[in-house]
Amino acid sequence: MKYAFELKNVKKHYGKVKALDGVTLKAEEGKIFGMLGPNGAGKSTIVKVLSTLIEPTAGVAKVNGIDVAKDSTEVRNTIGLAGQFAAVDEFLTGRENIQMVGQLYGLKRKVAKERAQEILEKLSLTDAADRQVKTYSGGMRRRLDLGASLVGKPKILFLDEPTTGLDPRTRKELWDIIRGLANEGTSILLTTQYLEEADELADKIAVIDYGKLIAEGTSAQLKKKLGGDMVEFELKNKADFEKALVAVDKFCNQNRQINEAELTIKIPVKNSAEDLLTVTKMIDDYGIKPSNISLHKPTLDDVFLALTGKKAQSKEQKKPKRGKRK
Amino acid sequence: MKKLIQEFRDGLIITKRNVMRYIRLPQLIVFSSIQPIMFLTLFNFVFGGALGASSGGDYINYLLPGIMVQTILFGALQTGIGLSRDLNAGIIDRFRSLPMSRSAVLTGRTTADLVRNTTTSLILLATGFAYGFRFQNGALDAALMIVMIVAFGYAFSWVAAFVGLAVKDEETAQLAGFLFIFPLTFASATFVPTQTMPDWLQKFANNQPVTFAVTAARHFALGTPSNGAEWKLLAWIVGLLVVFVPLSIFIYKRRV
Repeated sequence: MKYAFELKNVKKHYGKVKALDGVTLKAEEGKIFGMLGPNGAGKSTIVKVLSTLIEPTAGVAKVNGIDVAKDSTEVRNTIGLAGQFAAVDEFLTGRENIQMVGQLYGLKRKVAKERAQEILEKLSLTDAADRQVKTYSGGMRRRLDLGASLVGKPKILFLDEPTTGLDPRTRKELWDIIRGLANEGTSILLTTQYLEEADELADKIAVIDYGKLIAEGTSAQLKKKLGGDMVEFELKNKADFEKALVAVDKFCNQNRQINEAELTIKIPVKNSAEDLLTVTKMIDDYGIKPSNISLHKPTLDDVFLALTGKKAQSKEQKKPKRGKRK
Repeated sequence: MKKLIQEFRDGLIITKRNVMRYIRLPQLIVFSSIQPIMFLTLFNFVFGGALGASSGGDYINYLLPGIMVQTILFGALQTGIGLSRDLNAGIIDRFRSLPMSRSAVLTGRTTADLVRNTTTSLILLATGFAYGFRFQNGALDAALMIVMIVAFGYAFSWVAAFVGLAVKDEETAQLAGFLFIFPLTFASATFVPTQTMPDWLQKFANNQPVTFAVTAARHFALGTPSNGAEWKLLAWIVGLLVVFVPLSIFIYKRRV
């Protein structure tokens, strides 16, 4: 079987820093593969290896069955790359940006023009097409960046944190576009820091931390490990906090997150509504009146805590200078 | 052959992209011209009287070729700054992920900077004319002077490209460039003849490329003796290109 991309024990070391420490992955064609992890976990490094920007220190990386180290030019012909730093030219118009990329793919000027029009329409950028990019909003830039990656009609698209820093509405717009592309048969590798995003889009999710793969599976499989939504109790004082701990112990004593300083207790629940009532009643039975009760979707932190017992830590500061550029 | 055509075509596309920036941001050209005009004005009117005697006659005629060479060198620094800016903005990552020529980003950048540097030089020349500068040796030599200065700037652009790609940071690229351009332009025949400098400095000043460029420029502009400076300069231009073009392309391609 041919995979959209494959990594076999891929390592990337910068001196003593192990950006990638032996990652093995396979992604099916025509699906969205989500890669989840905190800043500096190695997600961008994987994207860079696969998009031929950097060479791995060891291991084999293949895109559409082609080894990136052996035939990088052929790989470049079949991929599209869009990053978190919208890599478009500020002083060109949206149309000029797309046209330029088209011409660099070897398209004739006329063909590049037509292709640009097609893409601008697809991404609803026609109204702003002839304005300089510096006048664009963050969301429009990301769309244009995505558009630029589509010019070569790629078989596989690498989207490196395409929605980081966007507001919720703009993020949803971009999600729709990404979903649309996948439905047309494009394989997609999407990296993200948001569990919600991977959950929403990805057919399969890999969780990366410290340059290693720490979990892999469908969203449902990962959530099963985690145990669903989280209920959070905020207590009024230390005494209530202690009592509440005893109370919820009967309900759940795994994957709890306890914060003594802030007097909060977070526990995972499987059937949100039903379990919320049960556990609230247990607290009530002890005569405790919490100052706040909330139910929320698990965050990246919750996943990491469940998978590794540690909080997801941003390693931006600790990374070497090179890490500044994603 | 096909590869060569692609390299040329891609280089042209990137040149166009970079020139667009200069066209759409005309302040950039205006301000990069103001600084040398200020230099020319200050040196001409502040030092002109005092230095006029030692340089033998009209100081503006002596000064302008020097300031033009200095300006072209500072202009060439922009190549490195522009490249590190593109590097940090991520657009170079995009270019590197495209099936395009590997040298086009660099040839396109240096060519666009050649266009900008030529424009600035001509603006400076026009200002010099207003201050009383006149070519003494005819149109052909005048053209030769401009071509030679601009070619020197182009060669230096490749040095700056290498520095910009190596340090990967705009501010460092700028500082690193200033560090070697300041001594090169001041310890040279750019502003004053080298005869009054101490011996050890004269040895350096008389044998470095900026002095060759300035001496050759004066030779073409004014007919002063060159002692073969134009050929030494040509050797430097070819030498810099032979070393720094492949070196810059190598460091651009290196996938780390």
